[in-house]
Amino acid sequence: MHIHLTVNGQLHEADVEPRLLLVHLIRDVLRLTGTHIGCDTTHCGACTVLLDGRPVKSCTVFAVQARGRHVTTVEGLEQDGQLHPLQEAFMAEHGLQCGYCTPGMLMTGYAFLKEHPRPTEEEIRWAISGNLCRCTGYVNIVKSIQHAAAALAAPRPAGASQGGA
Amino acid sequence: MIPAAFDYHAPTSISEAAGLLASLEDAKILSGGQSLIPLMKLRLATPRHVVDINGIPGLAYVVESAGYLRIGGLTRESHLEESPLVRERHPLLHDTCRVIADPLVRNLATVGGNLAHADPANDHPATMLALGAQVVAAGTRGERVIPVASFFTGPFATALAPDEIVVEVRVPVPPPLSGGAYLKVERKVGDFATAAVAVQLTLADRGVCERAGIGLTNVGLTPIKAERAEAALIGRRPDDKAILEAARLAAEAARPSDDLRGPAEYKRDLIRVLTARALRRALERATAGR
Repeated sequence: MHIHLTVNGQLHEADVEPRLLLVHLIRDVLRLTGTHIGCDTTHCGACTVLLDGRPVKSCTVFAVQARGRHVTTVEGLEQDGQLHPLQEAFMAEHGLQCGYCTPGMLMTGYAFLKEHPRPTEEEIRWAISGNLCRCTGYVNIVKSIQHAAAALAAPRPAGASQGGA
Repeated sequence: MIPAAFDYHAPTSISEAAGLLASLEDAKILSGGQSLIPLMKLRLATPRHVVDINGIPGLAYVVESAGYLRIGGLTRESHLEESPLVRERHPLLHDTCRVIADPLVRNLATVGGNLAHADPANDHPATMLALGAQVVAAGTRGERVIPVASFFTGPFATALAPDEIVVEVRVPVPPPLSGGAYLKVERKVGDFATAAVAVQLTLADRGVCERAGIGLTNVGLTPIKAERAEAALIGRRPDDKAILEAARLAAEAARPSDDLRGPAEYKRDLIRVLTARALRRALERATAGR
């Protein structure tokens, strides 16, 4: 089946078998390997991408379902060579150890902060409850999202690039 | 894990979808896909045809009209969770949609799919049994309304004909002095219930229980309506004695089995404890503000 879809703002087309999973289209066909495959059973959230702005597990969506739609992967967070403030926050707060869950945490956190610019800790923990971190790094992941919320809320220096948020 | 090959169909109307389902051999409906796709990846399901209904417009909504909360079959769980109408007026439903799977799954999973899949471990079935909901099914011969109490016919089996799609779920708008609650014990977020209980109560003006609905999740081969427990409450003042009696009868209605989530007796006792707690919470909500 021939499909068109927009990934990180760029139009792509591909010939796909209906059974091809979205995560495999992203990684193996489009070669965007920032999106990870973790459990492959809809549990861990490492493969989280945004589908029309909402975070979903891309191991549990067929690529054909994304035709004509907008997909955002972790590669789409950086804008004009500048990391997104959420990515900066994960660095500042040591929000990752092995890094396996990080792309999923970033995509979930990014979509969450758009809807909840001033979140409570409880809301953050609720939002990331479908993303597993096996380094037990949740404390620092929560801190990172709080850090990013503060950075995004702060007045920006004139002329500074603001990334995708 | 790669699913077996299938032919993909993307109808854009209910009649087109029903026609495909009627004519294709071995077809499955793809709604949210959050149960179907994992099953296909594990090759527990290997349909020859997949009929993706997500392109049918007008099936995602949450509105109140003519005495019913009407939920479109393609409504995502996250839509239900974020609906102020559900939060303010349908607490049992609000409790339920917040504990289904996890927030990412809820962005795709649909209410219609949760019912039509008829997994006894799914959360909506018990809730809809407690609420006395109706399922609206559309097929090649038009629409019909199925009371949810006769919808679940066996494990993963429903009263739906092969060409029928769940297009709407109707929940009666609760009268004044009504309240409900869903209590679920799960090992972790995203797990199926070890056991869960849905309760919906309506009190008469003098404080007597006028209507009681009690549904049980994942303690049998189908979702269970605890009818003797319901009957024990109706016409009585829901005091501690009545609550404990109903909780005991709900536990008797459970048919749990031993598995990795625990032994049968543990689950049966969970039903007893959760029923009593859910009844107390439902009562608090029914009488809040009085």
